[in-house]
Amino acid sequence: MAKKLRTRKHQVVLNRSAGGDAGITVLLVLFGLFSFLPMLYVILQSLKPFDELFVYPPRFYVVHPTLQNFSDLFTLMSDSWVPFSRYIFNTVLISVVGTLGNLILSSMCAYALSKIKFPGAGWMFQVIVKSLMFNTTVASISNFITMSLLHWIDTYFAIIVPTFCSTLGLFLMKQFMDSSVSDAVLESARLDGASEFYTFLHIAMPMVKPAWLTLIVYSFQGLWNAGASIYIQSEQLKTFNYAISQIISGGVARAGASAASVVLMMIVPIAVFVITQSNIIETMSTSGMKD
Amino acid sequence: MPEKTADTAQTPKKAVSRSEMSKAAWTWKEMKRNKVAYALIAPFMILFTIFTVIPVVLSFVLSFTTFNMLEWPNFIFMDNYIRLFLDDDIFVIAVKNTLIFSAIVGPSSYILSFVLAWFINELPPKIRAVVTLIFYAPSISGAVYLIWTVLFSGDAYGYVNGILIYLNLISTPIQFFQNADYVMPLCIVVALWTSLGTAFLSFIAGLQTVDHSLYEAGAVDGIKNRWQELWYITLPSMKPQLLFGAVMSITGSFGFGAVVTALAGFPSVDYCAWTIMHHLEDYGGQRFEVGYASAISTILFLIMIGANLLVNKLLAKIGQ
Repeated sequence: MAKKLRTRKHQVVLNRSAGGDAGITVLLVLFGLFSFLPMLYVILQSLKPFDELFVYPPRFYVVHPTLQNFSDLFTLMSDSWVPFSRYIFNTVLISVVGTLGNLILSSMCAYALSKIKFPGAGWMFQVIVKSLMFNTTVASISNFITMSLLHWIDTYFAIIVPTFCSTLGLFLMKQFMDSSVSDAVLESARLDGASEFYTFLHIAMPMVKPAWLTLIVYSFQGLWNAGASIYIQSEQLKTFNYAISQIISGGVARAGASAASVVLMMIVPIAVFVITQSNIIETMSTSGMKD
Repeated sequence: MPEKTADTAQTPKKAVSRSEMSKAAWTWKEMKRNKVAYALIAPFMILFTIFTVIPVVLSFVLSFTTFNMLEWPNFIFMDNYIRLFLDDDIFVIAVKNTLIFSAIVGPSSYILSFVLAWFINELPPKIRAVVTLIFYAPSISGAVYLIWTVLFSGDAYGYVNGILIYLNLISTPIQFFQNADYVMPLCIVVALWTSLGTAFLSFIAGLQTVDHSLYEAGAVDGIKNRWQELWYITLPSMKPQLLFGAVMSITGSFGFGAVVTALAGFPSVDYCAWTIMHHLEDYGGQRFEVGYASAISTILFLIMIGANLLVNKLLAKIGQ
């Protein structure tokens, strides 16, 4: 039993072999490179001046970084039929309104499902959990009919309103409320005469800040990355993502501009995630499902 | 039901216990008492019903008809399904491709998400946050997967072709996205690259919440290495996250239609990367054969639910 205990920062590390640590590190580095290099490549590509984009053999790094591609992107798009700013406006509008609606509707619903015992709460939540199990593409055909009946085809409504009832955010928020909002606190507020709505807004919501940040991030990411939709035909209602895919399909001649547009596109969700990461992880710790 | 409530209304002073009421009366009373709860869930639930519940039911119903958005639908029973499986060669290809694609991407991304989350779990918090970002970033960066079309572009400026020619491994550039042998594997790689999403974050969080004293107790009880620790302590402790992650991975693995379209085109060469999602878009979004498209979406729905039930069964075996 004279086995030497390995320590890390003066704490005994149980059951860890040095070989295993080394193997894991190697695998992590390999997968990390697989994940990171294409991202790095886009960034470097977007900073390359024209002559460096077409050196042969292709070079990974950039010698004289420039922001030329970004300004080219705007010139390139300014002579398109719809101004480039319109695509950005569409994406921002859809993302902000859709996220806001989803946040308000989901948190009200999550609060009721989690903190009020009323007939039907159980099976309603089960239906929501089941809805996570299939992709919304299966609803797209029937939704097309609904949209035409509502005369929403080719309007912002067709894109924005269905996102109000996306269920992932609601699920995460309900789970988080279950574990981090104590019933006793709510009960004492109710006894003090607070209305249910007041309790929801002023007591429960401040306690679930990580959950609503997570919901915002998820909803925003999904909408920010929304591409072409079958409900939209008019060019002036199409999104930034759609415009980028058009630039990239323009081929090699636009290599610099397409890399620049991809970088513009990815900066926003990555920045949002960096700021909110710890809150998202905290929310995810309660994301589990029971059988 | 109404008479019962009338009874309780007539004798408001007398407290009525649950045992003295019928189940329906009790439910009705509870519903009235919780009016505010229904008001809170109503906006979400109404929209959810309109845009998710009804469409699923409606597709199922329409899948037995000839509906095409113009004429009144005729009921044709199983004809759409018979046509799909017996007369539509492309659909059979689509089912095969979807199953191959999902059977590889779903489990691989699930296992990769878990393994990577487990690897980085013991890193110091700051480094862990950075590594998490590196793995998670591709899944949230939208159109960034389009960079793979540049990396694997079919001319000598494509990065991969450039390297292969430079190393004298090939003499002419490979047309990666025009060659049926390469399209599917490439789509799978790119899909995997973008697949470390919600499940991955859920696992990272789940691993952090495993009770540390369990590990110490395990070491005392004779757990010898990290693999035993993983199987006997870590995995059973985070079963709820594993289940949630599985649902996310399965749903995700059927949601790569757009990625495949962006890489391989619509349609892809010889339909080599044509999936059920593409078939659905073709018949529903372009030809407006709604009845037929509804049959396709019903099949897709059943496949996804089936996959979830199967995985649920498998996960029940963990730690046994």
